Amino acid sequence: MLTPDPLLISVTIFVVAFFVGYELITKVPPTLHTPLMSGSNAISGIVLIGAVIVAGRGHSDLGIVLGTGAVALATVNVVGGFLVTDRMLRMFRSRESQQRRPKAGSPSDSPQDPGDKR
Amino acid sequence: MSDQGFLDLINGLYIVAAILFILGLKYLGSPRTARKGNRLSALGMLIAIVATLVSRDIIEYEWIAIGIAIGAVIGIVIARTVKMTAMPQMVAVLNGFGGAASALVAAAELIRSVDLGDVPLDVAIIALFSTVLGALTLTGSLIAFGKLQGIVTSRAVLLPLRNVVNALILIAIIGLSAWLVVEPNQPEIFLAVGLLSVLLGVLLVIPIGGADMPVVISLLNSYSGIAAAAAGVVLQNNILIIAGALVGASGLILTRIMTKAMNRSLANVIFGGFGATATVADAAGTPGERPYRSATAEDVAMILGYSQSVMFVPGYGLAVAQAQHAVKELAGLLQDRGISVKYAIHPVAGRMPGHMNVLLAEADVPYEQLLDLDQSNPEFVRTDVAVVIGANDVTNPAARTDPESPIYGMPILDVDKARAVIVLKRSMATGFSGIDNDLFYLDNTSMFFGDAKSSVSDLVTELRQLD
Repeated sequence: MLTPDPLLISVTIFVVAFFVGYELITKVPPTLHTPLMSGSNAISGIVLIGAVIVAGRGHSDLGIVLGTGAVALATVNVVGGFLVTDRMLRMFRSRESQQRRPKAGSPSDSPQDPGDKR
Repeated sequence: MSDQGFLDLINGLYIVAAILFILGLKYLGSPRTARKGNRLSALGMLIAIVATLVSRDIIEYEWIAIGIAIGAVIGIVIARTVKMTAMPQMVAVLNGFGGAASALVAAAELIRSVDLGDVPLDVAIIALFSTVLGALTLTGSLIAFGKLQGIVTSRAVLLPLRNVVNALILIAIIGLSAWLVVEPNQPEIFLAVGLLSVLLGVLLVIPIGGADMPVVISLLNSYSGIAAAAAGVVLQNNILIIAGALVGASGLILTRIMTKAMNRSLANVIFGGFGATATVADAAGTPGERPYRSATAEDVAMILGYSQSVMFVPGYGLAVAQAQHAVKELAGLLQDRGISVKYAIHPVAGRMPGHMNVLLAEADVPYEQLLDLDQSNPEFVRTDVAVVIGANDVTNPAARTDPESPIYGMPILDVDKARAVIVLKRSMATGFSGIDNDLFYLDNTSMFFGDAKSSVSDLVTELRQLD
């Protein structure tokens, strides 16, 4: 049986995913564009997986050095990106949830968040 | 489990992760569900990472653990400590790190292929593409960070012949890369490609002025996604391709939204060097020559206190003056008097897309009150008082009425249609575009001079005395 070129499969996946992303992100309202950017940035930290493969394959010393550097950089991207996005989104409150807790202290440090319980 | 079965399991987990990323982005479509969306994406990431860690590709865990530990500590610290005003810098740095990671992964994979003595043509091309894009994303982002942070001058630095130099560097990168594809085992040429890419990243961003940073950050966001997808093609790892493509699309959309909001083309932002000097200073006369009306805190408090609806129009000047909390306090007093309060937010009000919304959300403004361009413009005709704080060009009616104006055609907030307009400003100086704002000279406009924060605080004091 003939199998398609793996590059062609990769490109197909890329194109389809790009269009899915385009459709989804067009619907994100401007008010959430900053969290969208930091959140999607965290998703691009997916290259951590590639970094893990390169660092853990134990191929050569140079590979390990490059891989470990990539793991560290991508982890900053993933961990920092998701956490800071969550911190921002926690601040987006509706009028009702604000009335339930009229005096907001430091929003970013409160462990309990009213906006979460809806 | 057989090797094949195990591989299928891991690929199945990758599909789950991809679905979670897509759902996560979908839930980001509303402030109500956005937090859940971010968590779904994070869960998808966790699943993808665990699946990779248990896969049989991995034989050494020591270095991975060290890398993750270092990265996690840095990530947690910066995510917790960064100020909301510094969010553009934070995103710029994260973009840069993501790009650098992609470049390193692609480089390592290319080096391994060379060592194994088998470098397929497509692998070589895409690995080089990912290395170049990732490396220039790193340095471009770092320069953007420096400009936003004030370490590097935020003015556009215009080197002579910069476009020619950049083009030559790009040609050199492509030429050397082509040579590498034919003869991959040339470490010094590979290094040269990497260094040239790093240099190109610096040179591409340095001529771009601070006010154009929203476009640059969005574009670099897109690059970091595409670099990750390219690394995924090299490793034949589908989840990398999917996630990278999603991010690439996201960055591209935001780039388009920003350039549209600025009435500029992407090429103009990148090559134009706009913002180096006030190029069009005389387009509409010297500022302040025409008669205008100025008002005191007492006048303004009176106008606000006896109105029925108020629309705040915040610009970056408000964030610079850290006046968000004072504005929220003023809004609270107005609402206590039964006055309807809303905020009209132009896409370029902050230093990155949606930045102003985050700053106002931090000051506890409920998101229902935050209107975007399309929502707020029909509202102005029904608004008693529009209060412009630290915004300028985005309120200039010349963009709508004067075909001669350099900003003609730029989408603006129709502030002039409100019954009364109050402009809080330090002086009559021009905005970023260097042109005078017709809004300031309208009959229904009053200028209220001073620092945004202390002006708003004065209004709060005056309003408290009003009864």
